[in-house]
Amino acid sequence: MENLSKNESVKPNCYQAVVIGVSAGGLEALKVLLRLIPADFALSIVIVQHLHPLQDRFHIELLNEACCISVQEAEEKEPVMPGIVYFAPPNYHLLIEADKTFSLSIDEKVNFSRPSIDVLFETAAEAYGSGLIGVILTGANRDGALGLRRIKENGGLTIVQDPGTAQFSIMPSAAMAETKVDHVLTVTEIGRFLARVGHPFSATVLERR
Amino acid sequence: MRKEELEDIEVALFLDAVYKCYGHDFRNYSRVSIKRRLRNILSKTQYTTISGMISQLLYDESFFETLIYELSITVTEMFRDPEFFKTLREQVIPYLKTHPFVKIWHAGCATGEEVYSLAIVLKEEGFYDRATIFATDFNDVALNKAREGIYPLEKLKDYTANYQHAGGTASFAQYYHTGYDAAILDPSLRKNIAFANHNLVTDGVFSEVHLIVCRNVLIYFDKTLQNRVLKLFRDSLAHGGILALGSKEALQFSEIANDFKTLSDKWKIFQKTSQ
Repeated sequence: MENLSKNESVKPNCYQAVVIGVSAGGLEALKVLLRLIPADFALSIVIVQHLHPLQDRFHIELLNEACCISVQEAEEKEPVMPGIVYFAPPNYHLLIEADKTFSLSIDEKVNFSRPSIDVLFETAAEAYGSGLIGVILTGANRDGALGLRRIKENGGLTIVQDPGTAQFSIMPSAAMAETKVDHVLTVTEIGRFLARVGHPFSATVLERR
Repeated sequence: MRKEELEDIEVALFLDAVYKCYGHDFRNYSRVSIKRRLRNILSKTQYTTISGMISQLLYDESFFETLIYELSITVTEMFRDPEFFKTLREQVIPYLKTHPFVKIWHAGCATGEEVYSLAIVLKEEGFYDRATIFATDFNDVALNKAREGIYPLEKLKDYTANYQHAGGTASFAQYYHTGYDAAILDPSLRKNIAFANHNLVTDGVFSEVHLIVCRNVLIYFDKTLQNRVLKLFRDSLAHGGILALGSKEALQFSEIANDFKTLSDKWKIFQKTSQ
């Protein structure tokens, strides 16, 4: 397992967005992670969480209460903005267009899931290339493994929650089996790492400006 | 050039060829969705690139027939978003009942699951015999499936649960008969439904319609095409007519926003206020 030392410099890259895939046990993990993200976070965060198709907006309201950064549901054709956490709406796939706007679809389920993590990750990997960070958290299926590989192939950074610390280890383990991920971390470490990379005055962000 | 950029060129060329050769225009569809579909199609052929499929597309009409089916949106279910149908029952049907007779247009009906759901609601509200439903799609294969009204048995459990959440007043089982592995919907539901081929991208208006239902079709279109279709809907509706879109499809920033008032923001149900 690779660990992240405090002094390790972040790859000299121009990160623009973070995509996160999470399933069973997701709300607790997201609460820990997103609480560490500041309101002036310089990247966009886009999340696919497997939910019941009739799920209401409870998770969004709860996280909005608990976190500094603004949390909302992604709307179709909306530009992906920095400093906002977007959730895929239940029962729709969430895709990112080349011009970095959201699209929704009700296409077939992928990996028995709609929204599917793979669908978001694959389209985000093409839209952002090396400007993307992909994160797989706790979950009890294999969705997201292929998508994370695509992110890696397109030059993005890949992070997986340490399966030993995940409430359900299948999803992180499947992602690690599919690709050689860059970092394996606890949820808290992932939150701190992202907060550092997406700090408005961090080197990677300044380089982009 | 990056592989993705090359593939974008291929997709554009392919869609041009589809349009010029067969008249079906997918050029204003959401690019990322259409690209996924083309890749799916590609994976079932012997070709390695999207541009590789172009010559077969041009010279082999049967290839186009399978293509058009795969490119069109056919994923739907009965009483998808049960609460929408409940809202329809409680807020829209009472308005329709103020007319002696109504015309309903279900646009982009695909394989028909939602049209039959609507028919069941109308029936239970005692209004079915005063309605004519035009159910349209550009995909003839899907339309034929819609006409048959035969659906896989394994889906019925979900449909029954949806029906109950949608405020159904009877037993869902009374609307279908079961065969070996399929459920056949009661033909009486079809009596007032007219299935017809209509392409939202290229075809014109219907006249004096009282209710248009078009859910989860616009999400596949770009803004330009969305506006074209929304104007088509506005011009097809009678004064006071109702437009029901998918729950993630907004009217707010469209060119017809000022012609409608909102009846349900959550379920995107609007009433035409302009003449």
